[in-house]
Amino acid sequence: MTEQAMGDAPDRDAATGTIRVLVAKLGLDGHDRGAKVVARILRDAGMEVVYTGLYKSPDEVVAAAVQEDVDVIGVSLLSGSHVPLFRELGRCLREQKADHIFVVAGGVIPEQDYAALWDSGVDAIVPQEARAELIVTTIRNLVAARGRI
Amino acid sequence: MNLFSQTALEDIREKQTAWEEKELAAALGSRPEEKPVYETECGIPLKRVYTAADIADIPADELGFPGAYPFTRGAYPTMYRGRPWTIRQVAGFGNPEATNQRYKYMIQTGQTGLSTDFDLPTLLGLDSDDPRAFGEVGRVGVAIDTVDDVDRLFDGIDLEKISVSLTINPSAWVVYAMYVAVAERRGYDLHKLAGTLQADPLKEYVAQKEWIYPVRPAVRLLRDLIMYSAKATPKINPISLSGYHLSDVGGNALQEIAFIMAFTIAYCEEVTGAGMDIDDFAPRLSFFFISHQDFFEQICKFRAARRVYAKIMAQRFKARKSESMRLRVHVQTAAMSLTKVEHHNNLMRTAIQALGAVLGGCQSMHTNGLDEAFAIPTEEAMKLAIRTQQIIRDEINVTSVIDPLGGSYFIERLTRDMETEIWKLLDEVDERGGAVKLVEEGWFQQKLADSAYATFQKIDSGEKISVGVNRYVDEASRSAEVHIHPYDEACTQLQIDRLQAVRAGRDNARVRELLKELAEQAKSDDINLLPKTIEAVKAKATLGEICAALREVWGAYAEPMIV
Repeated sequence: MTEQAMGDAPDRDAATGTIRVLVAKLGLDGHDRGAKVVARILRDAGMEVVYTGLYKSPDEVVAAAVQEDVDVIGVSLLSGSHVPLFRELGRCLREQKADHIFVVAGGVIPEQDYAALWDSGVDAIVPQEARAELIVTTIRNLVAARGRI
Repeated sequence: MNLFSQTALEDIREKQTAWEEKELAAALGSRPEEKPVYETECGIPLKRVYTAADIADIPADELGFPGAYPFTRGAYPTMYRGRPWTIRQVAGFGNPEATNQRYKYMIQTGQTGLSTDFDLPTLLGLDSDDPRAFGEVGRVGVAIDTVDDVDRLFDGIDLEKISVSLTINPSAWVVYAMYVAVAERRGYDLHKLAGTLQADPLKEYVAQKEWIYPVRPAVRLLRDLIMYSAKATPKINPISLSGYHLSDVGGNALQEIAFIMAFTIAYCEEVTGAGMDIDDFAPRLSFFFISHQDFFEQICKFRAARRVYAKIMAQRFKARKSESMRLRVHVQTAAMSLTKVEHHNNLMRTAIQALGAVLGGCQSMHTNGLDEAFAIPTEEAMKLAIRTQQIIRDEINVTSVIDPLGGSYFIERLTRDMETEIWKLLDEVDERGGAVKLVEEGWFQQKLADSAYATFQKIDSGEKISVGVNRYVDEASRSAEVHIHPYDEACTQLQIDRLQAVRAGRDNARVRELLKELAEQAKSDDINLLPKTIEAVKAKATLGEICAALREVWGAYAEPMIV
């Protein structure tokens, strides 16, 4: 992180200057190439990354996010089930009082479904051909906007 | 016997030196080449020009003739002159009826074989009403819960006449059982059924990531399937060894072939270890490769793969039948190469990759829909994909001569270099203890993840060009949206209703008894599980129930965490 981005925020993140991200796979989608590449991109950008592995239910992802005390959940979905699964993820986040955690969506998500994802509480959608820089900035901007760092 | 005489080679070398000193030096002096290094996608260095001297070390027997050992030049003696490749577009979505309709449309458009994609719950051995199936029923493939669903899927289609490929993996043995049960119900001759199951478990753990059980029981299920199918349905290929997914998850061309050959070796050891002669099942092993972007590399990949396979079967497994050494391959163009930006460009990408597959000698092919980077293809996209193959087959005269690039100095050199690198990787797998052990340890997974990240970095830095994405970017074309295949929201409920009806109408005591017997059989390694499974599906046991019964015996798979 740059000094400027770290700012003067008083919380834990300021101490280490490290954004924590849970890279998650939801549902039964086995395509993990993208999730693993993103995990490495974020790690190379200096973030702390936890990867859930495959086949996680929305409940399990939220539980892991809370336990790992992450700032952001990054979900990669290529199975076409993003609308119901993000809806459920949003519900679980609220239910477990964890909706301060940002949700970033990636994978194969057609523009026509963007509105449904915003409604479910998704904070950012990363397009398929995004460069590493865009992925990293998206997450930094989200966290910075909240003033945690 | 070598291809060229010593005198001819000396003459060529002499003249090449002279050319390098004169014409080449002058050209390089006035205009340097664009790149310092030229290489294939998988990292094999490329010279600017190849001559006979570059292939002087390759014996003529390494090329051979089409349909004969070592099959470098093709799987069959007449290739496309005798029979063109099968146009086999995969399709599957929603309820069985929806997919059945798409099949009928595709047959009418000129498709010559069928291929089924299953939804994730079916692939993972879950019924449509399982809570874990939430949101996934009929989404990326067709939903199958019972034998009746398989019957609906192929309603009005004569399975004795058309070959059917089933892209099913961990639950493959159950779907096979249902297919056989349907065939029997319709009175077909099982010996006439033709088709292919994917059923390649090791590649699942490292690439496509659909699994139910730990690695070793999954390999045992495949063994049972291969051995049962060899006798009961001799024209069905019980496995499609899928290098495609190894590439899809990040592997380069060498990893694709070397790793899938390592898996082939593991399966052959498993089946021969159970007492079956290699020649009694090897002729029905089939393959599935990608046709990716590096045109010549991909063509040489197909040629090298055929040669490596022939040698493995002849030398390592002492096969005697020629058919046991013949690699037959279904090819799919590279979904990874498709872009969402300017998606019409995907048509061109796919057409070129398809041509590569034909020049490489494929037996059947799926060309991707141009909208595949968005969702599953629409009918219109599938029609264009079929037309692409028909244009290659019928308009441009590339099918008259077998292995038309054979003998090219470059093609033969690259084929040889790739073969050499594949053997090195196979030796490493052997030295490290073999494929099954390395899958359990995550060795392949790590190699493929590393390769995927390296590829991403090449695209991200612009070193690897993606037209419209990182080169020739047109901001105006970024917002283009296509019509997307709709998802039938009612499909889950229909599957659930049908499941309830089946459970209410069958003899539940008998189903319980059969499942108990199946679980009991699974405990001993030397019983083939297919006969009992077929009995169970006939008694209307569901796919989820059958898979669950064995999960209780074998447990679930725990994935090694590799990033």
